[in-house]
Amino acid sequence: MVDLWSGLAQAFWLVVTLDGELVEIALRSLRVTLSALAVACVIALPLAAFVAVKRFRARRFVIAILNALMGLPPVVVGLIVYVFLSRSGPFGVMGLLFTPTAMIIAQTIIIVPLIASIAHQSIRDLWQEYHDLLISMNVTQGQKIRTLLWDCRRALLTAALAGFGRAIGEVGAIMIVGGNIDHATRVLTTAIALETGKGEFALALALGFVLIGLAVAVNLAIHWLGRTEREGAW
Amino acid sequence: MELFPMQARGIESRRHGQVLVGPVDLRLEGQGACVVIGPNGSGKTTLLRLLHGTARLSAGQIDWACSTEEARHHQGFVFQRPVMLRRTVMENLAFPLRLRKVPAGEARARARDWAARVGLEQMLERPAPVLSGGEQQKLALARALISEPKVLFLDEPCAALDGRATREIEEILTAAKSTGTRLILSTHDMGQARRLADDVLFLLGGRIHESGPAETFFNRPETPQARAFLRGDIVE
Repeated sequence: MVDLWSGLAQAFWLVVTLDGELVEIALRSLRVTLSALAVACVIALPLAAFVAVKRFRARRFVIAILNALMGLPPVVVGLIVYVFLSRSGPFGVMGLLFTPTAMIIAQTIIIVPLIASIAHQSIRDLWQEYHDLLISMNVTQGQKIRTLLWDCRRALLTAALAGFGRAIGEVGAIMIVGGNIDHATRVLTTAIALETGKGEFALALALGFVLIGLAVAVNLAIHWLGRTEREGAW
Repeated sequence: MELFPMQARGIESRRHGQVLVGPVDLRLEGQGACVVIGPNGSGKTTLLRLLHGTARLSAGQIDWACSTEEARHHQGFVFQRPVMLRRTVMENLAFPLRLRKVPAGEARARARDWAARVGLEQMLERPAPVLSGGEQQKLALARALISEPKVLFLDEPCAALDGRATREIEEILTAAKSTGTRLILSTHDMGQARRLADDVLFLLGGRIHESGPAETFFNRPETPQARAFLRGDIVE
């Protein structure tokens, strides 16, 4: 309990004094997570819309796989990405291992199925509602997908936020592919793991509180920008 | 480009081996309003969907005076329960035009014009899904008419509306008819059928039981079933 209060006080102090190292780690966490989120959304949202509107033989199988991959173990993802990016791996020449790019790749792989699955549910429901109208308007497949993505944007925001939450709290995969290198690949979660290992519980808790604050702030900011509550009726 | 005459030959719709509509042979010319009437389950909605192309033909074929693709491009469909895009009234109206690559400014101007025609000009920035049933149906009608279709299919467009909203919808339909849009609508409302119809298709058991000019059908129906239906008797 003493550690908890001490952690809170330390977190407050770190934030108030704008501790250089904390700012660096927090900004890197945000940069890596938001980059992974952007890449994942570009892949997952059109994929979800395509699976929702297109009838093809393996459709149910693809949906089942997407749902199953939501529970993808991050450590395994980290390990696979590590193998691919290591010197002896197929992408070793690119020299990406132990860089923020490797961390972005790992996080993207982890959150694509999550975002795609949640988005698919919402887009499928909207497609049922819009089906007759869009078919009667003779729209192309591309117009159909664009219309559904745009009109479903608030639900898709929720899917993206779920992906953000998973990514920013992720530690196993990015520890493996990033290496937790000071001033290079250290982010809030790996720093927390490191401080806990050193027995610095108060500092680890302080970083934890900062992480929570950051996640809540980004969620609120995205909700505010997306006007989720103001126009929630439709 | 001419869509009519439209010729349907032996068209059928089957589901799980059961015939829902057909076989139907039909020739439609390009003027006025064709009203499809018949008891529940007689296949009115399915026939409209087959003609429009939103339901697959199980058999037969439909020939327009132009290619099927071009014909689809010049058609509109208004559903019994209007489908509202989760957008404003303005965006709903401009939607079909934007699909056809009409510049945004022109699309908005035409949307404003159509909103005024159907009495929705004060609601342009309101979300369409929160409008009343009558307002939604007027919006759906304006959205279908804004791209100036040569033929407009309407599936019981006034089914859930009160008298005033029905009158407003009928005024819009009469205006559309007078500007050359061919109307093909199904209805349960015999008063509406009499007010709007130029010709009538009477469906029974998925087939056209009787058809002809509205004046003849309503005053001198040929078959006992049509006479019974017009009297308000139960016809099966």
